[in-house]
Amino acid sequence: MEPGVTVTDLVVDRGHRRVLHGLSFTVEAARVTGLLGPSGSGKTTLMRAMVGVQQVRSGEVTVLGRPAGVPWLRARVGYVTQAPSVYADLTVRENARYFAALYGRDGRAADRVIADVGLADAAGQLVLNLSGGQQSRASLACALVSEPDVLVLDEPTVGLDPVLRVDLWDRFHALADAGTTLIVSSHVMDEAARCDRLLLLRDGDLLADSTPAQLRADGGSDDLEEAFLQLIRARAQEVAA
Amino acid sequence: MTTATVERAAVRQLSLRLTGATTVRVLRQLVHDRRTIAMMLILPSALLGLLYLLWKDLPTLPGQPGIFDRVGLTMLGIFPFVVMFLVTSIAMLRERTSGTLERLLTTPLGRLDLLLGYGTAFGLAAALQAIVTVTIATTVYSLAVVGSVALVVLIAVVDAVLGVALGLLASAFARTEFQAVQFMPVIVLPQFFLCGLLVPVDQMAGWLQVIAHVLPLTYAVEALQEVGRNATATATTWRDIAVVAGAALLALALAAATLRRRTS
Repeated sequence: MEPGVTVTDLVVDRGHRRVLHGLSFTVEAARVTGLLGPSGSGKTTLMRAMVGVQQVRSGEVTVLGRPAGVPWLRARVGYVTQAPSVYADLTVRENARYFAALYGRDGRAADRVIADVGLADAAGQLVLNLSGGQQSRASLACALVSEPDVLVLDEPTVGLDPVLRVDLWDRFHALADAGTTLIVSSHVMDEAARCDRLLLLRDGDLLADSTPAQLRADGGSDDLEEAFLQLIRARAQEVAA
Repeated sequence: MTTATVERAAVRQLSLRLTGATTVRVLRQLVHDRRTIAMMLILPSALLGLLYLLWKDLPTLPGQPGIFDRVGLTMLGIFPFVVMFLVTSIAMLRERTSGTLERLLTTPLGRLDLLLGYGTAFGLAAALQAIVTVTIATTVYSLAVVGSVALVVLIAVVDAVLGVALGLLASAFARTEFQAVQFMPVIVLPQFFLCGLLVPVDQMAGWLQVIAHVLPLTYAVEALQEVGRNATATATTWRDIAVVAGAALLALALAAATLRRRTS
């Protein structure tokens, strides 16, 4: 099967700072891949490169076999930014309908995704009157409406109540089972356990390209956070030696 | 290769629909903002009323148009230009800071679709504004227009679209709200000073005339003055309207070119 995303020697500078130091990895299609790492590790920059809005210094990013950001991909790749990027002065339904229209979908598709993210009761409300969690779900709905082949989600579960979080993760896996490639970033390690594959990012370097089970084995701990720490320490010793 | 051609054709075919969807979205945003709509519709008429009262009792030379007839008519073209410039640069800056612009750039929406969507939406709003203002000016303030009132509305709308286009272009260079607001005096005031309202263009110093003839608002004002003087539309009127429309399209194209899909 063709990989969902292939990244080769990706180098990105922002200002005078190097944010990504030559990353290479592939993201399997039809899987949930977690992009884990602390704040400032380069997760958002990497995601922006995948959707084709990030200037890159060198290296390549291909999505579904094509260079990231080409017109063909724009109808097939969904992107949800960390801060909810929807129109605050429109209702949830108006937002979803606009994004639906951009992908050639109708109002029914918009209503369906609003229900999917649990906002059916708030569909007629202005986004600015919603809670932060509701706003991020409205933002998510606007990406789901196109039924993308690749879905890039930047910290989609921040600030959501635990029940809703579990719901969303179930939805992500249902999408993956149906063939969607998902890349989900998070800085919370307990979400790592929910991913099929893990990419651990730290200071713009790829620390591990693994699975939760493999990471536990490598780090010698059942706790993923602890395993991650072990990995960082081991890497530091390697560098020192 | 053939698939690529088909895809490209599909992208082009869709753009009218995407522009339309964007127009509807921008209008919906306006509809939710009642106060902005009220100000957009009432403010020009109210300001024009102030000018009317200012000059109402001033004597005019026999055979000369009253000063309100001259200035009031010109203001019908300047209000929509200024208002739409401001509204657009703020709207676009909001699009940028809220992250919606970045998101739109990852969708099939083309950059020109987005800008034309804004142009059409605010152009329609300007048409409504112009109809209200022109109606009140010619009835309540008995502004005398020798030519067609419909032509005055048309010129006002083209001016508004020019304002939108320049607002979109200026917003590409504004990183903050403070900068965006200050582009108003930078772009609007020189055009207002040199447009021929304060001093007729042919009485300016030669080098100022050259500048005045490069600035699009000068043509809008000349077109309005032509309509004010002549019963039927003159060739100069149509040429001037074409120049203003051309300048608006040029500004839109430049705005599309300065809108970068990939940023650092």
